[in-house]
Amino acid sequence: MAIDSEVLVVGGGLAGITAAVAAAREGADVRLVSHKASTLRQASGLIDALGYVPATEPSKPLREGPPTAGRNLDPDEWPDPEGPLADPFEAMDRLPDDHPYRLVGADALREGLELFDDLVGDAYLGGHTDRNALVPTFGGSVKPTARYPASAAAALASDDRPTLIVGFRSLTEYDARAFADRLAAAGVPFDVAGTEVEFAEAFRADAKITRLAKALDRDEPIDGTPAREALAKAVGPHLHDVVDDEGGVDRVERVGFPAFLGDDHAAEVRADLADRLGADVFEIPMGPPSLPGLRLEDLLYDALDDAGVRFETGTPAVGYEVDGDDRIDHLVMDRKGSEVPYGAEAVVLATGGLVGKGLDSDREGVREPVLDLHVPQPADRYEWFVDDAFGEQPYARFGVRPDERLRPLDAAGEVAYDDVRVAGGVVGGADVAREKSASGVSLATGLVAGREAAREVQQ
Amino acid sequence: MTRHTGDDGDEASGTGASERHGDADDGTRSRPGVPELGRDEQPAIFVPDDEEGEGDEAAGSGAGEAMDPRTSTDPRTATDQRTATDGGVESATGGSDSAELDPDAYDPIDVFPEGDLDLRDGADSCYKCTSCDTSCPVAEVDDEFPGPKFQGPEQWRLKRKDDHDIDESITSCSNCMRCDDACPSSVPLSQMHNEARGQFVEEQMEKLSLEYVRNRILANYRTSARLASVVPRLSTFAMNFGPARWAMDKVLGIPKEREFPEFATRTFREWWRDRGGAQVENPDKRVAYFHGCYSNYNTPEVGKAMVRVYEHFGYEVMVPPQKCSGTPMFANGMLKDARRHAETNVENLVAAIGDGADVIASCTSCSMSLRQEYPELFDIHGIEDVSDHTFEALEYLRIHEDLDGALAESGGPEDDRELAYHAPCHARNQGLARQAVETFRDVDGVEMEDVGDSCSGISGTYGWKSEKYEKSMQIGEEMFDHMEDAEGEVGMTECPTCAMQMEHGTGYEIEHPLQLLEETVVA
Repeated sequence: MAIDSEVLVVGGGLAGITAAVAAAREGADVRLVSHKASTLRQASGLIDALGYVPATEPSKPLREGPPTAGRNLDPDEWPDPEGPLADPFEAMDRLPDDHPYRLVGADALREGLELFDDLVGDAYLGGHTDRNALVPTFGGSVKPTARYPASAAAALASDDRPTLIVGFRSLTEYDARAFADRLAAAGVPFDVAGTEVEFAEAFRADAKITRLAKALDRDEPIDGTPAREALAKAVGPHLHDVVDDEGGVDRVERVGFPAFLGDDHAAEVRADLADRLGADVFEIPMGPPSLPGLRLEDLLYDALDDAGVRFETGTPAVGYEVDGDDRIDHLVMDRKGSEVPYGAEAVVLATGGLVGKGLDSDREGVREPVLDLHVPQPADRYEWFVDDAFGEQPYARFGVRPDERLRPLDAAGEVAYDDVRVAGGVVGGADVAREKSASGVSLATGLVAGREAAREVQQ
Repeated sequence: MTRHTGDDGDEASGTGASERHGDADDGTRSRPGVPELGRDEQPAIFVPDDEEGEGDEAAGSGAGEAMDPRTSTDPRTATDQRTATDGGVESATGGSDSAELDPDAYDPIDVFPEGDLDLRDGADSCYKCTSCDTSCPVAEVDDEFPGPKFQGPEQWRLKRKDDHDIDESITSCSNCMRCDDACPSSVPLSQMHNEARGQFVEEQMEKLSLEYVRNRILANYRTSARLASVVPRLSTFAMNFGPARWAMDKVLGIPKEREFPEFATRTFREWWRDRGGAQVENPDKRVAYFHGCYSNYNTPEVGKAMVRVYEHFGYEVMVPPQKCSGTPMFANGMLKDARRHAETNVENLVAAIGDGADVIASCTSCSMSLRQEYPELFDIHGIEDVSDHTFEALEYLRIHEDLDGALAESGGPEDDRELAYHAPCHARNQGLARQAVETFRDVDGVEMEDVGDSCSGISGTYGWKSEKYEKSMQIGEEMFDHMEDAEGEVGMTECPTCAMQMEHGTGYEIEHPLQLLEETVVA
């Protein structure tokens, strides 16, 4: 006996969840397994589609001769990326031919975003238009994104209301004044000031962000004052900190906080603070630990449950068995030492890229560790990267190369397994970090992979 | 043909080691009666092997061999016998003028004087994403708790310096092990915590302090329960007697708010003896039941349900002699106690495995301990076999029987049931968080609602300490809320202490999934 299902999705991130729901909506019996708790909790919670089209060729040819330490080229000799893009769909044709978007098409992205909108409901905005929104992120830059959490709604850079950015000394990675300066330098169309207030000082110096969120969720008393009131009181004196170009003082109309305003009751915390401050309140998405990511994880796993998908975490795939040459019979999962077969008629591999560990690398090469799928790569390791850290890094586009139905291709360019589909970061061809396309690629390929897998079962 | 592709998730080791595991499994599995040699032969952590172990640990090179995926694990090859170095040209193997690195001599683990469990590989895997901190239920409510990232990899590094004590905050870790599940890099966080806590208790805790005495009593629940079960009714009364509880709170720090669980008037083992042991004989389908302390002394109905369900499916049930699984002892840093109990358990379970049985536990913390903590912390002969052959009761049936078919055929329980199910953290870490809901979701007459992924907050003995009681209830608040919101007025969980917390927070009666399975399939 094995743990059987019609479609088995491996991977618990955005691509895996999208594939699982898409397959379930086609009527398939779906199971999703992931090695660890979803990596969504490390994500910013922003859903980007395509923000930039980076150049893939330098303006003049690379230096001749054998490579030594990467391909030496002055970063200035690379053309600037095109963007920030107003419309991700319109720019797709200018991506490389083997980009996942080119394989599955603009409609796949459109439908992927529609499915996402349907799963998260009111919790996310941006679905009213094809165009990107510009949302400030905690590095002080502005990110083009297709969807954003409701908690970031008041943050949009296209809004011209004067803005206060609040920080806390104990959150060392988040410097509100530098942040505000960088925003101003980026040329945002609003007046902005940053200030550091005393609130988080009530907690230990390295208090966890979840501790702050819980205290606000529960409105816990801090030195006798309820947490939300204490926070509003700390910010109150700074509501006139913003000075406009003429030297006039404006009362701010919106206040940005690092994203820790509550966990389970985030909307309530935000509304309460807005009420006390007489200004809109927004959160600035941060790196991990990310409350917006955690909230998105909760939303999407509830959606999985509603769609009838069976899911479990803590079970890494450690092997597989083939049925003939071109089909997977079952995967082998590790349950704390015991190996358990998981049978399926179709498999969606959505295990992530190099960061998510869906791709593994060492000095010898880059490989896909679950099904040993082919990952094209230059034989010489020095051609995997270039010296400019932010340049056109070949490794960023490493991954499994599929056909337009997202079936993985082998070294000869033939379909490796008829009953396998790949989705998300494990698919090569995109430089998602530079393109700002990670979520969109996951949604588009997840949707197609899920539907394809369901069709495979129904054949 | 099974191809092992070496997922990196396997313990702290890299892919190379996983592949070897796969091969080893292929070669040695399905040979009941012949415990594997080799895999379990790794040096102990700082808890000395009784009497003889100390010298081996000090030798140093042993630790590197077992932990470093780059060197062969076969202790017979000559290359591993030599002293490993950092792989540079000043090799302790005599030195070499060659500029080439010798991969066989490359063993960074031995840079430090060893003796403790060597977790450098795991500490190096941490890239400080703080996913563990975000998942920690204690850090969420406790201002003073610096979180698993500190307790694990950071403290491990600090400890490399001789003058560094273990930070006392390690005793605030509740050992829920959620950080293990959260870590995308497979850092062995709970193993690090267990080791640090063991060292703290062993070397820094005042053995005459009331806290030590209290923790020792809590950790050794089996001892108290065994005594109490001699006169179960009197014990239940006496332990919950108001003035006695007040005194326990004041003197020992056992919170008076909590009610001690009732002791069964007949233990599971007494019932087992009285019914004449197994009613089904089947050399082809055998399981050894690890009932743990709680099913034996407090809720024998869970153990009886296990026996009846398994016999219904044609299994021969064995009930080997056994002691505590060690879970409460790990959580209190009482590793010597845990090891003593583990020796008995491993000996008897290996014998059962030799008779063709797999090991089945009904408590998810027991199965967690046998599967993960045993091989991580102890080097008892056969302990890896026990780990590889241990399963949770429902999990095993789902793998080996057509449970969905049997449930569909049964037509559901006699009376309609509505249940609020909570998945214990230790079930979550075994990939079992959803199995009860999944098993029963399509059964006629059963409505089972998952009350969310929060921790119940009791974490075994954590919530049984006066100084932790408030925090334990704060952690549990989310679960209590969701239970109140759920339709069902009966709670369900696999973990006995989660059950105590659920009952304490909501007043609901709590059942085990095996009881529902018995009611549905056997009745």
